[in-house]
Amino acid sequence: MKMLKKSRWDHDAIYEIIPERATVLDLGCGDGELLARLIKNKLVLGLGIEKDIDQVAQSITREVPVVNLDLDEGIAGFPDKHFDFVVLEKTLQVVNKPIFVLNEMLRVGGSGIISFPNFGHRLVVEYLASTGRMPITPALPYQWYDTPNIHLFTVRNFLDWVGANNVRVIQGLSTIDGMVNPFREDDDARAEEVLFVVSSE
Amino acid sequence: MSDPLNLLNEKSAKYSGPDSSRSVGWVVSRSVLLADEENPLPLDCGKTIAPVYVEYEVYGELNEAKDNAILIFHALSGDAHVAGWSKNADQLGRPWLKNRPGWWDDMVGPGKAFDTKKFFIICSNILGSCYGTTGPASIDPVTGRPYGLGFPVITVGDWVRLQERLVTYLGIKRLYAVAGGSIGGQQALEWALAYPDRVERALIIASSPRLSDQGLSFNVIARYAIRTDPNFHSGDYYGGSTPDRGLSVARMLGHITYLSEISMQNKFGRKFCNGAGPGYHLGVDFEVEGYLRHQSESFVERFDANSYLFITRAADYYDASLRGDGNLDQACQSIQCRTLLVSFSSDWLYPPEHMKELALAMSRNRKHVSYVNIPSSYGHDAFLLEVDRLSHVVKSFLEGGTE
Repeated sequence: MKMLKKSRWDHDAIYEIIPERATVLDLGCGDGELLARLIKNKLVLGLGIEKDIDQVAQSITREVPVVNLDLDEGIAGFPDKHFDFVVLEKTLQVVNKPIFVLNEMLRVGGSGIISFPNFGHRLVVEYLASTGRMPITPALPYQWYDTPNIHLFTVRNFLDWVGANNVRVIQGLSTIDGMVNPFREDDDARAEEVLFVVSSE
Repeated sequence: MSDPLNLLNEKSAKYSGPDSSRSVGWVVSRSVLLADEENPLPLDCGKTIAPVYVEYEVYGELNEAKDNAILIFHALSGDAHVAGWSKNADQLGRPWLKNRPGWWDDMVGPGKAFDTKKFFIICSNILGSCYGTTGPASIDPVTGRPYGLGFPVITVGDWVRLQERLVTYLGIKRLYAVAGGSIGGQQALEWALAYPDRVERALIIASSPRLSDQGLSFNVIARYAIRTDPNFHSGDYYGGSTPDRGLSVARMLGHITYLSEISMQNKFGRKFCNGAGPGYHLGVDFEVEGYLRHQSESFVERFDANSYLFITRAADYYDASLRGDGNLDQACQSIQCRTLLVSFSSDWLYPPEHMKELALAMSRNRKHVSYVNIPSSYGHDAFLLEVDRLSHVVKSFLEGGTE
């Protein structure tokens, strides 16, 4: 799978990965666009969890079921393996308790789909080293004081967690120089953003 | 459960007169006999009741397919007069209806959240109330005198069973939506559970699958105040002095539960009536005292104490989980409609946690449910006052999917 990177490339990738009629929990579903497409075209049984009330209203307008809860308390309300897929589309870095959310994702979902900006990307590291200031890049467009990203991490950090918790990586994608590629082990400094499909089984 | 008379005495900027294009205009309530001796209404307590008259109002046009009807439910002290300006207030003997539009006029009308240009809106007064539907002040056909405490103990389920008769009478098979706040929200939930094939959407606002022990306790004290009033006479006070003191205490207590600490502070701020300082007497000295006194005095003129007893009891008894042998998840299995749950952050009578619990119970059953917790300082009354934010989600829910 090699395609031109679009602004929400992960959105399209997730759409392709999820099979028809799957059950899907989208953590931090935003305006519900992904779930709306999945529900309409792939007959997915979907639910979104979203903290921002205006985003919730947009999801409701799209007829996407959505509950207005913190991710932490929302996901804890479901039994084991209740969903085929749990989606964390650029969400993990904004949650209060990322490890809790990851563990819960593996508990309630058959598979987890996670995308995030790679803080270990060459440009990010160079920005910090050369300017001495928090990096601002296309994937990380915020100032230090108004960023929602309270738990930034690198691909290496993520793979460390994968290795330490017997998590299986089913699929990986990375964006390099505007192109989407299958993730390779040595992509950690080149990937701007990554996406992994993981499972505890 | 809230006062249709705008509790904070804040005149809504959105009040639209009968001639306004945003108002449903002049409205006349109707009455219909929905249970008689041959076809009495069965009740959860095991008894039946007849005759039962129901007062209701309708706005907008029922379309030819009869699939655009929305049934709205009022709360504890409300009535069928949801929107517009009452044309028959004097005939009904309720002159206070002339002072302001219906209790959810901000939400119901042309172009509003419940858009009467698109939908046919129905609201009926609940069984046991004192606003036109049969209640404790009605004549018991057995004794020829008002029921009083002889009125059967009614439930939310009974209200809904009677409403189903009204909907059928109006020729409507399937409702586009049911909607209500507070115990009105419980009626919406009960509709979704009891008549799953007759409801497409349910809006449950500032409500709960069951009242907490704390919430229930306020009703206990309210009823105690009424029943210990020297004028109560075991509920047989019609034609004589009414138990006004007991009913005012009940109402004052109720008001506190409808507000929040912050909304009371914003409104009263410990100010004194004289604008200066303590008057060193035990009468009404704080503004909040004057407010509670005023609210309760106007309430006793328009509400029947016996109705207060029976309606609060129905609220106490409501527990949606009983449909699943005490398990809310199991109870939710029968739901077929889309559901929107709305809570308000500062509501401590029907707290957001209760709606979250219901939202998760429905989600675990893979029902189509959405839940919104609207930030508000108004407490329980927010469902009458947070018009903009509530309208936004209600409209999204009712008219979504059209993009």
